[in-house]
Amino acid sequence: MRRRLPWLGLALGAGYAFLYLPIALLVLLSFNDSRMVTRWSGFSVRWYVALWNNESLIEAALLSLRIAATSATGALVLGTLAGFALARLGVFRGRTLFGAMVTAPLVMPEVITGLSLLLLFVALAGLVGWPGERGVTTITLAHITFATAYVAVVVQSRLVDFDDSLEEAAMDLGARPWTVFRTITLPLIAPALASGWLLAFTLSLDDLVIASFTSGPGATTLPMVVFSAMRLGLTPELFALATIIIAVVTVALVVALRLARVASGPSRV
Amino acid sequence: MRRRAAIAEGRLVRLLVLALPYAWLLLFFLLPFLIVAKIALSEPALGIPPYAPILRWTEEKVLTLVLNLGNFATLAEDPFYLDAYLRSIGIAGVSAVLCMLIGYPMAYAIARAPAHRRDLLLMLVILPFWTSFLLRVMAWIGLLGDQGVINGLLLWLGLTREPLRMLYTEGAVYIGIVYCYLPFMVLPLYATLIKIDPVLIEAAADLGARPWRAFLTVTLPLSVPGLAAGGMLVFIPAIGEFVIPELLGGPAAQLVGRVLWVEFFQNRDWPMASALAVVLVLVLVVPIATFQRLSATRGL
Repeated sequence: MRRRLPWLGLALGAGYAFLYLPIALLVLLSFNDSRMVTRWSGFSVRWYVALWNNESLIEAALLSLRIAATSATGALVLGTLAGFALARLGVFRGRTLFGAMVTAPLVMPEVITGLSLLLLFVALAGLVGWPGERGVTTITLAHITFATAYVAVVVQSRLVDFDDSLEEAAMDLGARPWTVFRTITLPLIAPALASGWLLAFTLSLDDLVIASFTSGPGATTLPMVVFSAMRLGLTPELFALATIIIAVVTVALVVALRLARVASGPSRV
Repeated sequence: MRRRAAIAEGRLVRLLVLALPYAWLLLFFLLPFLIVAKIALSEPALGIPPYAPILRWTEEKVLTLVLNLGNFATLAEDPFYLDAYLRSIGIAGVSAVLCMLIGYPMAYAIARAPAHRRDLLLMLVILPFWTSFLLRVMAWIGLLGDQGVINGLLLWLGLTREPLRMLYTEGAVYIGIVYCYLPFMVLPLYATLIKIDPVLIEAAADLGARPWRAFLTVTLPLSVPGLAAGGMLVFIPAIGEFVIPELLGGPAAQLVGRVLWVEFFQNRDWPMASALAVVLVLVLVVPIATFQRLSATRGL
């Protein structure tokens, strides 16, 4: 059964090469002294220094981090509630519509989400005078909305998978629903909540299209700065930025993998 | 008594759990679509916002509803728009198939790898997705450009005399989409493949089926839900893709997402952009409904 299939390993290797060669190139070129991508003129960290001194980019990055943290937290709350509703509430009136509204943002093209949210904000401003000016708030609301779907799916699948006999036992012993939730359910779904938050954070940090539609004159996020710089041509500064992001993500994922291994180690049923 | 109180409390909790996300999604997801549909039916105007209201008071103080079907007529008549839709559907469809061809062997190999390695192998598929999408697209500009790495290599090896045109072609758009969406194919495929009971394949082998035949008659049919879910996860968002055709595609790659962007940001024609969005949603209704049925039955 477990016969080695050499072509299968080859296909997997080729797939990883396709995924990682462009990334390796970014990392390599970020240390290249030359501006040309085809000429290696020596190791240098000058692009990192240039990045550090690029004030508009740093400012945009800080703004993006702030929006990402706020919207991930909002999406965590809404997505957890939505995931619970879908996994635990069984049949309720309007469930089909609710399910559709939760999962559709996962695949909805970004231009549609962005345009429709902008038009909502414009219509609301006309009707009730809020939001007065588009910017950080409107981007955050838009990001909460589309990231909620991802959190809901992660939480829902965790809830569907896990064994609810522990909760029933607590209930039989007289624990109130809130106590059961706090002492049993929450610790059990904590890993799903953590990965849901991180997913929402990353999606927000990475979003160009929805932010471009819903932003105003005062708020320029990191992807917006990167995008307009890219239109003018490749700059090694952006390679340096890519390398930093890759390094942070790699470290975070390695830590997450270790933690997951420790958590699910010997006690896994 | 206590039991009744507990039931009442349970009801309250249910209501609270449901009310907040339900209200949020109605306000920020469903209502915006209705507004898009409304604005698609209004006339463009100079001003802020740049469209005329569809409900207006005429000079005789009568409230009238002015619907403008002109945008939809333009979409139907001007071959530029029809072409953009057809080209987007074609490119998204072919990209989904390419993702299946590349992603299936990967998912299959990961599912058959020793259990302790699977987490790491899967993580390696997901990792690029967590890094910046824009910057990964940028890497392809560096690879495919006239003065890029691949052309530099080809020239240096003497395989070509002048640089091959690879960037700003349709091929570059395919590469970009497949590259960015591949994880969305591998993950659902892996999830279905790992659930297939190996006993079934052993049974097929015991009955004399060769490995290929066992694969074609047992594994492949059982993995169809994963293929379909992955296909939808690539096809649907790729149809409206803006960034990849904009940065890798050159002026000829007029896909719907890009056309909509230009109508909105450059022409400031909000009603036309809305009409484009409405038609795109109509095109996507069936694929999205299929995706939802798949994710409802599998819990994704």
